[in-house]
Amino acid sequence: MIQQERMIVVRQSEIAHHIFELTLQGQIVQDMNPGQFVHIRVSDSFEPLLRRPISIANINKETNEATVIYRAEGRGTQILSQKQVGDEVDVLGPLGNGFPVEAAPEGGTALLVGGGIGVPPLYELSQQLAARGIRTIHVFGFATEDVCFYEDQFSTLGDTHFVTVDGTKGTKGFVTDLLDELKPEFDVFYACGPLPMLRALEGFYPDKAGYLSFEERMGCGIGACFACICKTTDQTEKDYVKVCSDGPVFPKGVVEL
Amino acid sequence: MSRLSIQLPGLDLKNPIMPASGCFGFGKEFAGLYDLSKLGAIMIKATTVETRLGNPTPRVAETAAGMLNAIGLQNPGLEKVMKNELPYLEGFDVPIIANVAGTTTEDYVEVAEKISTAPNVKALELNISCPNVKHGGITFGTDPVVASELVEAVKKVSKVPVYVKLSPNVTDIVEIAKAVEAGGADGITMINTLVGMRLDERTGKPVIANGTGGLSGPAVKPVAIRMVYEVYKAVNIPIIGMGGVTSAQDVIDFMSAGASAVAVGTANFVDPFVCPNIIEALPARLEKLGVQRIKEIIGRSHL
Repeated sequence: MIQQERMIVVRQSEIAHHIFELTLQGQIVQDMNPGQFVHIRVSDSFEPLLRRPISIANINKETNEATVIYRAEGRGTQILSQKQVGDEVDVLGPLGNGFPVEAAPEGGTALLVGGGIGVPPLYELSQQLAARGIRTIHVFGFATEDVCFYEDQFSTLGDTHFVTVDGTKGTKGFVTDLLDELKPEFDVFYACGPLPMLRALEGFYPDKAGYLSFEERMGCGIGACFACICKTTDQTEKDYVKVCSDGPVFPKGVVEL
Repeated sequence: MSRLSIQLPGLDLKNPIMPASGCFGFGKEFAGLYDLSKLGAIMIKATTVETRLGNPTPRVAETAAGMLNAIGLQNPGLEKVMKNELPYLEGFDVPIIANVAGTTTEDYVEVAEKISTAPNVKALELNISCPNVKHGGITFGTDPVVASELVEAVKKVSKVPVYVKLSPNVTDIVEIAKAVEAGGADGITMINTLVGMRLDERTGKPVIANGTGGLSGPAVKPVAIRMVYEVYKAVNIPIIGMGGVTSAQDVIDFMSAGASAVAVGTANFVDPFVCPNIIEALPARLEKLGVQRIKEIIGRSHL
């Protein structure tokens, strides 16, 4: 159920260049699933006015803590990055439909592909897959080495490979270059990142089951404002889907890329 | 008679608060958050004859104390709205104001005639002020003669009272208000969004795919208050005011300027509970003002 709560800042730190890890405590953690997001109001004033949608990177239902990882680039996220331990943050969530953990067959292997700030939701997913005995392979692309994060965390869960656009860490190029080189064996893939990456993946694995998490500018985050619309490939049943409330995760092939 | 109740043509409102069209979809998303029967009314998303897919994305951009949008009247079309959306809302004790949009007079007439037969549609809101579609919409809202003729045509077929939503993107809003009153409008809703543009810092090009978008949010409230104030003096039909409302005090301001009821728009995106929160906060505000019933403050700016 979607709730609004003033969550408490438990921890916040800069884990890479302009990349922040923020842990919040509150009751709504109980309803969270991997791939869902929270809609954060960074200020109680009208400046900035709208909430910021940020994906959930880690869920701890025992301590009621959830972690988000975001890039502090715009006005809103810069304000958020200044929150101190003990501060309250107005959070609406959990929102959207997350990754189907059960789509990975028992004893199987899942390929997790992330690009930049699309990597965080794959962390909770990877943990939940690991808990079900699914083997995970992580292939993550970043722009440069200084914005890479969570190498150790992912490495404890499964094979982890990095690729950077400028080659400062791992292979030089894009995730598809690395996938071409690695040729991983897997049953299902999960991905989150920029549209060109998602598009490339769909083309790369036409015969595999896959789930893609999308990003789009949002207004309300709950499906009411029609800001984050994507066209569907099969326009017979539904002409469009809303990233916020129908997604952000869709099975491969649903959204026109 | 409750302290917050308001009677308007076609509308028996338990309180003067309603979500504005385009900011509440067809209510389903909010029904999961609170009981929609708490609301005075609901202005549903604009309905056109055919399905509309709207504009390309990005469709929204944040601005100082506001936002721009260019959704482009996306809606499932008249048939689906009547078959799926309106019957769902019958499950709540709340009157519906159906926002009617189109490209031609015939479009408006067709939607108005059919949608006004739905049992829970108690009034229509003619959308002659959408700034985000190339044809229709705002072209009807900027020419007094065209506006008046459209209202006349719709009034002939509508089974319920007709309110007309005015655009602030005109030189003289009073002239348009008088024209729609002369055309037979039962009420006025105002204001729609102000046409604006935001540029991308890096490229210098518009952020919104449509180029321009409609500005809403707290930034527009002073413009809306001024316009309600002016129109109230010039017409004898009731006004439903809107533009940047986020609090009970904003509601008091709009009603003081002359609005008989108030719609809440963009604030629903920031705080989905804003409407019930405002309704809950209103009695204490009235207490502070020493006012027994909210309708007593309508137009008090002009006394």
